[in-house]
Amino acid sequence: MQPSSFANPTAVSDALDRVGYLPDTGVATAAYLAIRMARPLFLEGDPGVGKTALAQALAEITGSQLVRLQCYEGIDASQALYDWDFPRQILHLRAAGEGADTTALEASLYDRRFLVARPILQALEQSPSVLLIDEIDRADDEFEAFLLEVLADNAVTIPELGTIRAETPPLVVLTSNRTREVHDALKRRCLYHWVAHPDFAREVEIVRRHIPEVTEKLARDVAAAVGRLRESDLLKPPGIAETIDWARALHILGATGLDADLAAATLGAAVKYHEDEVRVRRDILPQLAEQLR
Amino acid sequence: MSDQVLVLTGFARDLRAAGVAADRTRLTTSLAALTHVDALDVEQVYWATRVALCSEPDDLPRFDALFDTWFRQRPPALPGPAALTRAQRGQLRPLIANAPGDGQEDDDPLRTAATEAEILRQHDITELSPDERDEINRMIALLAPRVATRRTARRRRGGNERIDVRRTVRTMLRDGGEPGLLVHDRRREKPRRLVLLLDVSGSMSPYADALLRFAHAAVRVSPTRTEVFTVSTRLTRVTRQLRLRDPELALRAAGRAIPDWSGGTRLGESVRAFLDRWGQRGTARRAVVVLASDGWERGDAELLGEQMARLARLSHKVVWVNPHRGKAGFAPATGGMVAALPHIDELVAGHSFDALRNVAEVIARA
Repeated sequence: MQPSSFANPTAVSDALDRVGYLPDTGVATAAYLAIRMARPLFLEGDPGVGKTALAQALAEITGSQLVRLQCYEGIDASQALYDWDFPRQILHLRAAGEGADTTALEASLYDRRFLVARPILQALEQSPSVLLIDEIDRADDEFEAFLLEVLADNAVTIPELGTIRAETPPLVVLTSNRTREVHDALKRRCLYHWVAHPDFAREVEIVRRHIPEVTEKLARDVAAAVGRLRESDLLKPPGIAETIDWARALHILGATGLDADLAAATLGAAVKYHEDEVRVRRDILPQLAEQLR
Repeated sequence: MSDQVLVLTGFARDLRAAGVAADRTRLTTSLAALTHVDALDVEQVYWATRVALCSEPDDLPRFDALFDTWFRQRPPALPGPAALTRAQRGQLRPLIANAPGDGQEDDDPLRTAATEAEILRQHDITELSPDERDEINRMIALLAPRVATRRTARRRRGGNERIDVRRTVRTMLRDGGEPGLLVHDRRREKPRRLVLLLDVSGSMSPYADALLRFAHAAVRVSPTRTEVFTVSTRLTRVTRQLRLRDPELALRAAGRAIPDWSGGTRLGESVRAFLDRWGQRGTARRAVVVLASDGWERGDAELLGEQMARLARLSHKVVWVNPHRGKAGFAPATGGMVAALPHIDELVAGHSFDALRNVAEVIARA
């Protein structure tokens, strides 16, 4: 499907829905504008609200390849852009032997086949593509400056080879967990969207989509329980990923609904900190049991 | 069309006044975004302008409130930014009531032995005259708290830790494939992040001005690796305001951003808010955290203890600056202090210039 074939946010919403991602109006509008305006989409939100999943879904609905770049501290151009395959170059040199024509040999040394394309170069070479730059806040600020340059030109210049330009610019999705403030110059280029937790009805629907086997009642119970947990000021409120995990765990145990015992036994699927677990068991589970009865 | 430009420009200006970074680039983006959606559908206008004009979660409530007044003709849910600004303007003047009389100082035997500046340095900030305060403020601005370093995953050339295969092979290539010298690399060092949590509640107000100046000096040294928050009844991030170069402008901007200036103290809740919204995600991790407070906790001291334990687990070092520490007969006896004591690495004074310089040294050693 060509990107331009989306006429309005609703069309994007429907397409996302068809590939199994249930967007709200905000996500759909943000995605639609990112596609239409060819702007990078900057996503923030609590861990586990589906930022990465959105990038995957966008790749699917635009019929393009998803290229993912996971950021970490100390990441640099050779890990994000390209690198030369040194061992192969050495082998090539050795194989040519002593008598070879030096000029031709040098030229052949910096051939495309000795170039290892890292995610950003891959995304530029494969059009159309969706480039997911995951957890940009983990990278250093020098890396942002470098990224800004690539995003502005949609091209990469390799001194030995020349400039490689994307036929169609990749749709760029950046995610951040806010461990560090990303530089304003980068944010300014992007469309910003804060991904919120889904409301109850949407969450039930998401669970049923991901695990069609679960009963309607179990999905509703789990979504209600998770909603309750999110309100309780935990260190790590459960995200959608946890909701799905929890429902799946319960389903494996043969549950068709949630009760206090089952919740206590499977709590580890939703709550990931010891302090939280203690609090939930002491304060929240008893109330939850009342509520579910 | 021009109507739309006019409306959005005014809207963006109000957003900026409320502290949202809705600059000209973002305004242009929002205008472009509007051409792609149905401009008569308020929901679509909302999302198109929101993705273009906002850039962090703190912006969203302010955006929502202003959007309602501009496009939905509803009364604002938040107090208007202008009213807030006026109420707080001028509160950041040096918070000194009156200077001590001269007669008292003449009796001081130190006065004859030490130079003026030396006395100034050791004096409690609250007891200085306005002129002396100006002098101290200039000195604080020159304090440049540098932070200790930590090892990173990144490597640099040199040392003998490990062979750098990439560089070694690259040298080989240059020499036509002949094995040459082995190139080594070692770990790179980086300054740690510095987080300052400053108590600006009523009981701390005599020291708040000096502490904010100290924070400003720290932000100036390392703007990307320093975060400053004020705590009182709630948590306010003032890093952005303190990045302004001029100390007076920066302090005035910070003063406008702090809604609970000289209010009560809810340290436990504020520290928890910091950890939930910033600390645990990474701001406090491996960082040197400095908490400046007298430990007068109006809320639950137990909660403060819990949160300090959490902070201690996340961060590299926790330094507590207590202005009363420098006074004779000080014992960490306030409720908050007692609860926090087991979880802090160093307890230092912060009542005079020398004490602040000591804080800078402690940070550098951390």
